[in-house]
Amino acid sequence: MNLKGKAHKFGDDVNTDYIISGRYKFKTLDMKELAKHVMEDLDPEFYSKVTPGDMIVAGRNFGCGSSREQAPLAIINANISAVVAKSFARIFYRNCINTGLPLVECDTDQIDEGDELDLDLQKGILRNVTKGIDIPITPLPKVMLKILSDGGLVEHFKKYGTFNFD
Amino acid sequence: MGKTIAEKILSNKSGVDAKANDIVVADLDFVMGQDGTSPLAIQAFREMGARRVFDPSRVAMVIDHSAPSPLLGVSELHKQMRDFADEQGICFYDIGDGVCHQLVPEQGHVVPGDLVIGADSHTCTYGAINVFSTGVGSTDLAAGIISGKMWFKVPETIKFVLNGRLPAGVYSKDLILFLIGDVTADGATYMAAEFVGPAIQDLSVEARFTISNMAIEMGAKCGLMEADEKTIAWVKQHSSRPFTPVSADPDAVYAQVKEYDVSNLEPQVASPHTVDNVSPVSAVAGTPVQQGVLGTCTNGRLEDLRIAAGILKGRKIAKGTRLVVAPASRSIYLQAIREGLMEIFVEAGAAVVTPGCGPCVGTHNGVPSDGENVISTANRNFKGRMGNNKAFIYLASPATVAASMLTGRITDPREFIN
Repeated sequence: MNLKGKAHKFGDDVNTDYIISGRYKFKTLDMKELAKHVMEDLDPEFYSKVTPGDMIVAGRNFGCGSSREQAPLAIINANISAVVAKSFARIFYRNCINTGLPLVECDTDQIDEGDELDLDLQKGILRNVTKGIDIPITPLPKVMLKILSDGGLVEHFKKYGTFNFD
Repeated sequence: MGKTIAEKILSNKSGVDAKANDIVVADLDFVMGQDGTSPLAIQAFREMGARRVFDPSRVAMVIDHSAPSPLLGVSELHKQMRDFADEQGICFYDIGDGVCHQLVPEQGHVVPGDLVIGADSHTCTYGAINVFSTGVGSTDLAAGIISGKMWFKVPETIKFVLNGRLPAGVYSKDLILFLIGDVTADGATYMAAEFVGPAIQDLSVEARFTISNMAIEMGAKCGLMEADEKTIAWVKQHSSRPFTPVSADPDAVYAQVKEYDVSNLEPQVASPHTVDNVSPVSAVAGTPVQQGVLGTCTNGRLEDLRIAAGILKGRKIAKGTRLVVAPASRSIYLQAIREGLMEIFVEAGAAVVTPGCGPCVGTHNGVPSDGENVISTANRNFKGRMGNNKAFIYLASPATVAASMLTGRITDPREFIN
């Protein structure tokens, strides 16, 4: 499966309060509603700028802070297809795998705001179409690819009833 | 080759001879969720087709993030948790019982050598009593309460050797803020932290919790300490479960070893809007503050309340300031009443609120207005954290918060300590 979209660029240390503020997330489980407020404290117009398939591109330590799973769920429901960053905070990383939001670690200095991106997760290739370059990405470990390919941890448990990586 | 504490606990619990970077599936001793994360987990539990949790005595849910409920939507989510707790017979803590990270160790649920997950990022707190505990999200929580298992990437470890002794007026909060400032917000990402040395041994167990609590603010998966005599006495006082402490081998392999002498450390402050934006209090002293917060899973324990009360006793907070006090649990609250600490806070002009997380996380109980500065004993100062993205949050020790409330400006607490 190829993911295609344009880049929305952010800096280092984007925390989960910026992704979805606590003033919204404790009130509801309606992710479509939460999605309208995604990244709001960094860019109030963000939600309306997204075309389905677009990717969030960031620097180091994306998703640091709280363990709220509403962060990847709000991103998914804002029609973002993947998050690309230099590195991720570990709880956010787990939450993305578990909720089925693809994430990619690579050198994001080679991507500018608005660049067209083409991501092939199976082959492990991220192409910056605008700049005409392929950017090497860190491959996902087997366990995580398994959960992602099952469609997230809920689907994995529906299928096996427990963890099954054999 | 020797092993770190993290490698040993994950080996013990997975039955595999695990080393850093291996991926293991391990047995959990305890699993916890709070009201910001449990409702989604309950939804995932149902979607996964589960009927029963793996062991009701090893699962807890805590209502602390919005306690008592300030909104109808929140009330509905709380009801889902109460219904689930009734149905499953799990350990359940309702409004007023306290903050999850105080309750889990205080109520004796965890002991040295345990492996624990909690759907809250500050679950790393129990590392102070030699527990490998780490934060996860709601779907992991659901998988954990169903199977009693979780997958882990065995982390490398960064070791902090802390020599010397903290001077008067300088506390474990100052020490952990200083370390986060030094290694930065992602200095320990994907890693476990181990905190060792005479400066740690010198601290009470309560003060140690403050350090492990903030390990996540340097990106760490857990903030581990060895169990010494103080730990063992504290755990026996709170739990009847048998336990075997886990120590690192002398030849354990570390990703990094950082050594410090803390003898000349000053009180520290983290300025807006990142926790690693740390300086000695002298660099920001004089900054006006309109609100103070004393409490949270970082610094809402009895020792913290005693330190702040020692400074506030017989004094009044400055005109134009307000101070919110939230004890970390019901039993701390009760003991603080018995000791007369609550009388000191109320007479000083503070507003005491229900034990819980509200003021820290911006759900209720003290959302600041635009342009205001807050000085807080919490662990995060992100923009918008307290519910207003136009406010500014400074993080400090209970002593620095109390002193700053008396002057209305960020103040070195040593001015009030002989």
